[in-house]
Amino acid sequence: MPLLWTLIVILAIAAIGYWLGRSRAMQSAGHSTRALHSLPGYYGWNVAIWAMAPAFLLILVWLVIQPAYVNHIALQALGDAAQNSGSASLLLADVHRMADQLAAGSAISAEGPTAAAAQLSFAANTAGRMWMSIAAIALALAGTAYAWSRTNAQFRARPRVEAAVRTLLIASASIAILTTVGIVVALIFNTIAFFQAYPALDFFFGLTWSPSAGGVNSRLGILPLLWGTLYISFIALLVAVPLGLFSAIYLSEYASPRIRAIGKPMLEVLAGIPSIVYGLFALIVVGPLLMSWFSPTGMLGLGWMRGGTAVITAGVVMGIMIIPFVSSLSDDIINAVPQSLRDGSLGLGATRSETIRQVVLPAALPGIAGAILLAASRAIGETMIVVMGAGAAGVLSLNPFDAMTTVTAKIVSQLTGDADFSSPEALVAFSLGMTLFVITLGLNVLAMAIVRKYREQYE
Amino acid sequence: MTDMNTTPKQSLLAPDARTKKRNAAEARFRAYGIGALLIAMGFLIALMWSIFGNGIGAFTQTFVKIQVPLEESVLDPNGNREPADLARATTLRYGSLLQGAMASTLEREGITTDMEPAALAQILSSSAAAEVRNRVLAEPSLIGQTVELEVLASSRVDGYMKGRVSRESLARDRNLSPAALNVVDQMRDAGVIERRFNWNFIFGSDASDQRPEQAGIGVSMLGSLAMMLVVLALSLPIGVAASIYLEEFAPQNRFTDLIEVNISNLAAVPSIVFGILGLAVFIQIMHLPQSAPVVGGLVLTLMTLPTIIISTRAALKAVPPSIRDAALGIGASRMQAVFHHVLPLAMPGILTGTILGLAQALGETAPLLLIGMVGFIASNYPGSVDAAFNAPNSAMPAQIYEWAKRADPAFYERAWGGIILLLVFLLLMNFLAVLLRRRFERKW
Repeated sequence: MPLLWTLIVILAIAAIGYWLGRSRAMQSAGHSTRALHSLPGYYGWNVAIWAMAPAFLLILVWLVIQPAYVNHIALQALGDAAQNSGSASLLLADVHRMADQLAAGSAISAEGPTAAAAQLSFAANTAGRMWMSIAAIALALAGTAYAWSRTNAQFRARPRVEAAVRTLLIASASIAILTTVGIVVALIFNTIAFFQAYPALDFFFGLTWSPSAGGVNSRLGILPLLWGTLYISFIALLVAVPLGLFSAIYLSEYASPRIRAIGKPMLEVLAGIPSIVYGLFALIVVGPLLMSWFSPTGMLGLGWMRGGTAVITAGVVMGIMIIPFVSSLSDDIINAVPQSLRDGSLGLGATRSETIRQVVLPAALPGIAGAILLAASRAIGETMIVVMGAGAAGVLSLNPFDAMTTVTAKIVSQLTGDADFSSPEALVAFSLGMTLFVITLGLNVLAMAIVRKYREQYE
Repeated sequence: MTDMNTTPKQSLLAPDARTKKRNAAEARFRAYGIGALLIAMGFLIALMWSIFGNGIGAFTQTFVKIQVPLEESVLDPNGNREPADLARATTLRYGSLLQGAMASTLEREGITTDMEPAALAQILSSSAAAEVRNRVLAEPSLIGQTVELEVLASSRVDGYMKGRVSRESLARDRNLSPAALNVVDQMRDAGVIERRFNWNFIFGSDASDQRPEQAGIGVSMLGSLAMMLVVLALSLPIGVAASIYLEEFAPQNRFTDLIEVNISNLAAVPSIVFGILGLAVFIQIMHLPQSAPVVGGLVLTLMTLPTIIISTRAALKAVPPSIRDAALGIGASRMQAVFHHVLPLAMPGILTGTILGLAQALGETAPLLLIGMVGFIASNYPGSVDAAFNAPNSAMPAQIYEWAKRADPAFYERAWGGIILLLVFLLLMNFLAVLLRRRFERKW
């Protein structure tokens, strides 16, 4: 692995640079630390940073630019072929596949312009990597030499090193922004590509979800998916809100410290269990259990349910999962209601439940609403439970025993299928992701605003 | 005041109707609370019950002890023990040997049956032939001898031994006839067939969807380990650096506000969106290898960063300002005060948060589906350290999902078993976090 070796070589140069810088500083100060401006280690670090930073930056930039440049070469080599077939991205994907084959050390059997382009891009990639290593190592050596030559007892090493560290800290903090930018850019570009291939109006207002594998006559309306998502989330909240809220009330208002010490962590265990476990629970335990009651041959003989995967299966299991989100947040918020309010109410002769219903809950209401909104956004974004428990059919139905599907489940199925990345059937997943991102972000911002505003009331 | 006389005379100690009603309402309300808590705990117990009830079976497996005559005429017709020649003998030839071996083993144990040898051989796993072949290729001197070998029983027989498969359910099954179960009963009495601990489940690799009895989770565990190493190596330094900046150095301006809002928003973005990001940026644009643990690690890093930053900032905030003031007072720069004094004191808290973030990342599945960590049968351990990160592999949750999707219900047992292992790891990590917190808890 040449890249790894390049990195190791640069690190080694930096280590040697550290030692060189340190000893030169010591020498110029006549081996007395007192004559130095900074502690000796800083002179070493200064040289090491000069060895690493430019070289690593170069590698980073090179790694981003090289694929684009190689694609450019490959497209030129394809030339007419790319224009004739009209789908350059498809051909490029072929080129990449063959080039990967070459890189893995096996020969390619195909011939023609694509194979030639693959050969060319493989050669360009190999050469590029080699030049990158050479340039980066040269830069590291040059940086070391420069910094070493400037090292003397009067050199202000510490401010330099600290400025570099500070830059590093800021860069780390900026990764959060970069991630958001990455998400938005990845979603937006692909969403635009999707809307160029498929009308936006049909996507947002279409009542049918029926993608076809071949890409002919796909109907990609989001409404059935949104309906399924909201329906499942609604059932989940129907399970989680009463259970979570009453648990929180009991734990914070009634329970003895010992019960609280057991009950609270036990509820939080529910939040720590990975969602795949809940998914399996829905698929193998809850689905068949509900089937044994509600299917045509079931105990109740109602015939409402035709399969184990249904809105109610996913909804109930998801409800279990989000109980702790409701209970923990509500618990915090109920605890934040000042005791004087309770004392006042109890002093007037109200029972504890009357106090809770008429004083504590109204005071905590905005916070609880925030907690429920956060739980709702959790439910809307949850994937594994609905992939395994809710079914795959995009249906607009009111019956909770029907199989329905959700935005997240369809993102998974559209992107894990065999569809070509540039087809509307795959690109639609990015638009679905965009919709999901916007909805959950809106809910989160709203919830956080409510919670924050409420918390400030008593402070 | 004269109205007072109209109210009925009543003892203060006997509650009136309205008080009774109110007290009843009080009791009801309290009962709702207890009920809600009990239901939630009931769910937790049901969940644990189904995990352990269904999954514990994956840790044992049924094996058959049979005498296999490794006939030279079949396996090495040239008689020269050349590895190349030996490798030419396909599993088909071993299959016929195994059929004969089954018949002779039964005969030796005095078990009589009118079943065809080919039908009897279905008691053995279809991987049995490959097992024997591998044994012979590793040890060619065995050829010509009759060796006692232990091979896997088929998943149906295994299910019967575990009580999952019955004669009724086999009636519609083409893989094994119900009559074979009579033979299995006799074999069990004779001690030829037995169920014991299955190390292969923990350390083995995934098998094709025809051979649930052979599937193990070891290779996926390695994939998860590689991913966690990437997450740890990236998210700990980046998260700590970001927190230090925001907590200790950041001025109050638009830029830092933007970062703060971003971090709290990222903590709430659905995990599947991170999967889309990984697919688009790491695989489509940067052409990193699909299904590779390194890509999974990168995606999970971005996902866990907000969690780690939030907990690290709390840990930094908990270090009292007097420590910083003391350091500054004896002439340290702010950078030195932070790196030499504050950070070491905050380290236990930071590590606790990081371990919890890693635990969360370990169980995350949805983003892994998008970058292709399913649909790949991890049938071999990676050949090198480089391959462990860059070659396609699976991860524990992805492997569990994959097993749950397969048609053969015998894989469900594997999926639950995998979940037990996953939960054991999560428990260990949480335990470690609690231990760290206890060990280094400080009162200022």
